[in-house]
Amino acid sequence: MTKGTLRDMTTIDNGVNVQALLDAREALKGAPEAAQFTWRASSKWQNGVHSTTRVQHFFGLGQEQSHKSEAVFTADHPEVFAAEDNGITPIEYLLVGLASCLTAGVASVAQNRGIQLRSVESTVEGHHDIRGILGADSDVRNGFNDIKVTFTIDADASQEDIEALVAQSQKRSAVFDALTNPTNVSVEVA
Amino acid sequence: MLERGEVANSWRRERWDSLRLLTPNWLSRLPGHEYAGSDPDDYMTMGEVVEFVERYATVTRAPVQTGTNVTSVRRTDDGYHVTTSRGEISCRTVVIASGACNQPSVPQFADAVPASVRQVTPFDYRGPGQLPDGGVLVVGASATGVQLAAELRRSGRPVTLSVGEHVRLPRLYRGRDVLWWMDASGVWDQRHDEVEDLTRARRLPSPQLVGTPERSTLDLNALTAMGVELVGRWAAVRDGCALFSGGLRNVFSLADLKMRRLLDTFDAWAAGRDADVDPPERFAPTQVPEKSRWQLDLRSGEIRTIIWATGYRPDYRWLHVPVIDPKGHLRHEGGTVDSPGLYALGLPVLRRRRSTFIHGIEDDAHEVITHLTQHLAAKS
Repeated sequence: MTKGTLRDMTTIDNGVNVQALLDAREALKGAPEAAQFTWRASSKWQNGVHSTTRVQHFFGLGQEQSHKSEAVFTADHPEVFAAEDNGITPIEYLLVGLASCLTAGVASVAQNRGIQLRSVESTVEGHHDIRGILGADSDVRNGFNDIKVTFTIDADASQEDIEALVAQSQKRSAVFDALTNPTNVSVEVA
Repeated sequence: MLERGEVANSWRRERWDSLRLLTPNWLSRLPGHEYAGSDPDDYMTMGEVVEFVERYATVTRAPVQTGTNVTSVRRTDDGYHVTTSRGEISCRTVVIASGACNQPSVPQFADAVPASVRQVTPFDYRGPGQLPDGGVLVVGASATGVQLAAELRRSGRPVTLSVGEHVRLPRLYRGRDVLWWMDASGVWDQRHDEVEDLTRARRLPSPQLVGTPERSTLDLNALTAMGVELVGRWAAVRDGCALFSGGLRNVFSLADLKMRRLLDTFDAWAAGRDADVDPPERFAPTQVPEKSRWQLDLRSGEIRTIIWATGYRPDYRWLHVPVIDPKGHLRHEGGTVDSPGLYALGLPVLRRRRSTFIHGIEDDAHEVITHLTQHLAAKS
């Protein structure tokens, strides 16, 4: 099977509605304003380094949109940081975002390429020198030094095609881009 | 007194042509040797600095042995053994006065810059005429970076300035040179053992100042008005592209906040005094560019030259005494090095904030030499 072949489109099913995505791509080519999305999260300090962040509403396709239900995320720090460990650390949420984004990409690309997936699993490791955030050494950065993602994929495809899937999913991943390229971030006090 | 080249060697050979001191003439003084000219508020050119230091060497009859490069200093049972390009010296004490700026400090990723782009450090740079026409990327927004960005922009070249953490200062505040305020208000008198974060204070980039007869301010707003494009801290090179941090707004906020806090300190000091100054003033926040690029293709030809204004580091390769920290800096306590009879002078915030500047040497030298003579007396 080669890249771009659609011959098995009718028989394979990864649960991704590729047709809808392809239609959206065509429609938005002529309507860039509708393609402008704003994702939102609202966070509230609880106590110590424990906070709660809620996500439900967003903007896109020219109007306010909403998830079916509100999602609530708790962030804290582990006990080795002398915290209460009510939830995962903020930087671990980046790993959640990266893994889920790449996985969604693998499924979508596989669907588009007519590749039936049986299982897709991945592990993500972010290597972090905490001397940066502690201010112990100003030459050490605050963020990850590097991130390693390992996919284990069982599919009706050659190793080479599977590797091509994973490569394409990185190429079209929002979170991969956000982590690997700088982003202008402005933080203000209301 | 050993000097590898001539008296005032680094001022002669390791500075660009247009550079003037950041300190006004009246502040550029050495012990018993003050500026005697008619422009106390002006700033010395490099030629004037060389003359000033030479005159000091003559007047004080300093026993300078020029053209003598120290290649090794080793401990012996009762002192140090010094090897120079002109022979060996045994001595009981050594004062290291080789300074903090022996080599330009350039990030590792400079190796990944495409060969088509010329790379220049402030040690090689003399003036715009020596660079090819076309765009220049100046990296670093300390005094060196802002001065070279302004000079190259005035030469007609498109200039992009990569800005990380920096120190913003107005040239004049309430009608006085900002360094007059540093001196008069006592900020510079803060001792090394009173500074909250000494490591940071010693590594602080030089303030965004320039010494010009017009006494003009050269902050990022001045550069923006000249048409210099600001981008974030240069983080990496990937596939021939420079990638810049998206945290530009935050480094502006930090510098603006710190400047305001410093001006508040000045105002508080002036409030109880009969100081001859104008009313308090505040400066516009650093203007955030509407859009700042986070990547720049170094292969496109847009940038012909990169100037690494990314700081300097000392060179202690000749010092074979275990007193260097893992970052390559000398371990010392106010100029007393952790090896009996070994001392340092002329380093940033050596004993007080003033130490970073030419006139800071006077008190430092008194105190360090007092320790040195006590050390000699105790041993004899």
